[in-house]
Amino acid sequence: MKGKVIKYAQDNIDTDVILPGPYLKLHEHAELAEHAMEGLDPEFHSKVKNANIIVTGNNFGCGSSREHAPIALSASGIEAVLALSFARIFYRNSVDGAYLLPIEIDEKTYSSISENDELEIDTNDNSIKNLTKNESYSMKPFPELIKKIIDAGGLFRYNE
Amino acid sequence: MNITEKILAKSSDKPKLEPGDVIFANIDKVMLHDVSGPGVIKTFEKLENDGVVKIDKLFDPSMIWVTEDHFVPSVDKISAQNITKLSNFTNKFGIKKHFKYGMGQYGICHSMSHEEGLVAPGELYVGGDSHTNTTGALGAFACGLGHTDIAYAILKGRLWFKVPETLYFKLDGKLPDGVMAKDYILKIIGDITTEGGAGKAMQFGGSGIADMSVESRLTLTNMTTEAGAKNGIVEPDQKVFDYIEKRGITEYEPVFGDDDAQYEKTFEYEASELEPLVAKPFSPDNVSVVRETSGIELDKSYIGSCTGAKYEDLLAAAKILKGNTVKIRTEVLPATISIYKKATQDGLTQIFIDAGAVVGPPTCGACCGAQMGVLDKDEVCVSTTNRNFPGRMGHIESKTYLASPLVAAASAITGKLTDSRDL
Repeated sequence: MKGKVIKYAQDNIDTDVILPGPYLKLHEHAELAEHAMEGLDPEFHSKVKNANIIVTGNNFGCGSSREHAPIALSASGIEAVLALSFARIFYRNSVDGAYLLPIEIDEKTYSSISENDELEIDTNDNSIKNLTKNESYSMKPFPELIKKIIDAGGLFRYNE
Repeated sequence: MNITEKILAKSSDKPKLEPGDVIFANIDKVMLHDVSGPGVIKTFEKLENDGVVKIDKLFDPSMIWVTEDHFVPSVDKISAQNITKLSNFTNKFGIKKHFKYGMGQYGICHSMSHEEGLVAPGELYVGGDSHTNTTGALGAFACGLGHTDIAYAILKGRLWFKVPETLYFKLDGKLPDGVMAKDYILKIIGDITTEGGAGKAMQFGGSGIADMSVESRLTLTNMTTEAGAKNGIVEPDQKVFDYIEKRGITEYEPVFGDDDAQYEKTFEYEASELEPLVAKPFSPDNVSVVRETSGIELDKSYIGSCTGAKYEDLLAAAKILKGNTVKIRTEVLPATISIYKKATQDGLTQIFIDAGAVVGPPTCGACCGAQMGVLDKDEVCVSTTNRNFPGRMGHIESKTYLASPLVAAASAITGKLTDSRDL
């Protein structure tokens, strides 16, 4: 996949700001998209028109188990989140529901990527190319089962 | 193997497991509520429309139980519709254990799990809510998940797990006056941070645990979620067996760790060194001693949620509020009807009302900013709940201080953050 970056240079972006509690009653994906990142970034909706990758710090998606969070991001057009680390339920929801790719990166990669950079991500050889800066990075490979679930298109499409 | 590894091994028919192993395990119990339930229904609809699965029946309806807790009483047409959808779903698939708002026993899902005896020691239990970890205090593997995983669990009775590393917290000594289990877990989260338990099991043991009530243990396991843990767990003892047998569970197979159980790391705590604590905005690991923050002016005291409105929590708050008058808005929401009933029989409800507080129905309510007392811009709240991220309880610029029921009650009387020993 290929696309431009929205960067949140901070740790611990929690699900309460990715998709605030009052909207937990919503289940239509398009409606959830309208409230994505409402607690963090009022400019998210204009940014996501030209971008499909979020780059951020540690423990992204911490807090609740709400699958609304990866759904809201995915339905807004986000295809991958590159983070130093993820909270476990957000990571698992993203993979099992096939909403977006949760990709773990190292500190050097994190600091090298800037807002609006264009990236090309290949999960088969675990490479990230920064087309804007003409740089290459590597991502942490997905564990074997996770890769199989991603390739199948989510847990229900994966054959145990 | 330790208790977490042994439950996962038993559930996956493996003789031995080690941290890092990935397994598919059989699920014993599954919980859905009025947020994750409609999410599961939506997941099924989408999968059926896409031709991925056909859902005629569930794996075993008797392993599932359903609560209504986040948006009850219904706040608007959408939340009312979600409750209707949930009823249609449980009717259609023959799920008998559906605890409905306004029909006898109901309440916050995690509190229902122990109040109603819905999960037994040694079981593998998953719930569509992050604080499912709570129920690990009964000696079960209890873990929170999203819609897709819960949908898979109720359809196939199985799920994948990565066996976690375990952090062992050896708690010794008796809690001093004025200090509660809430202070203990805030101390631990303050020490290890909100990432300290990421993806791991957090197990509690030691003489301090043996001495602690089941309800207090539930406060510890509840907030392992705030440390990022996969599950929180306590090896069951006679207190747990008595507790669940009173609630009708008579057949169960408790699991205990082996003598040579391994832990990634052991942390030792001595209860007598603890003081009443608060987690300041905007993170549960931003922990301070109450006495060092005593000047902070408050607008509200909230005594509610799965972690802070069990009977024991209400009893602690009532002891402080008895004969006093609240200086700030004070809201008490017992976690379940059974707790509400006992609090009323024992005179606690009267104490709250006499003090000027309002007693509301069991609901997750303002803990997750859903309803029933959400905060305005710049409002400051002391709360017995478990999270204080920006906007968690209402406006993005409201502030929540997490504290024990004793601190929340003492602060209600003074209007400032207060150590109950200083009243």
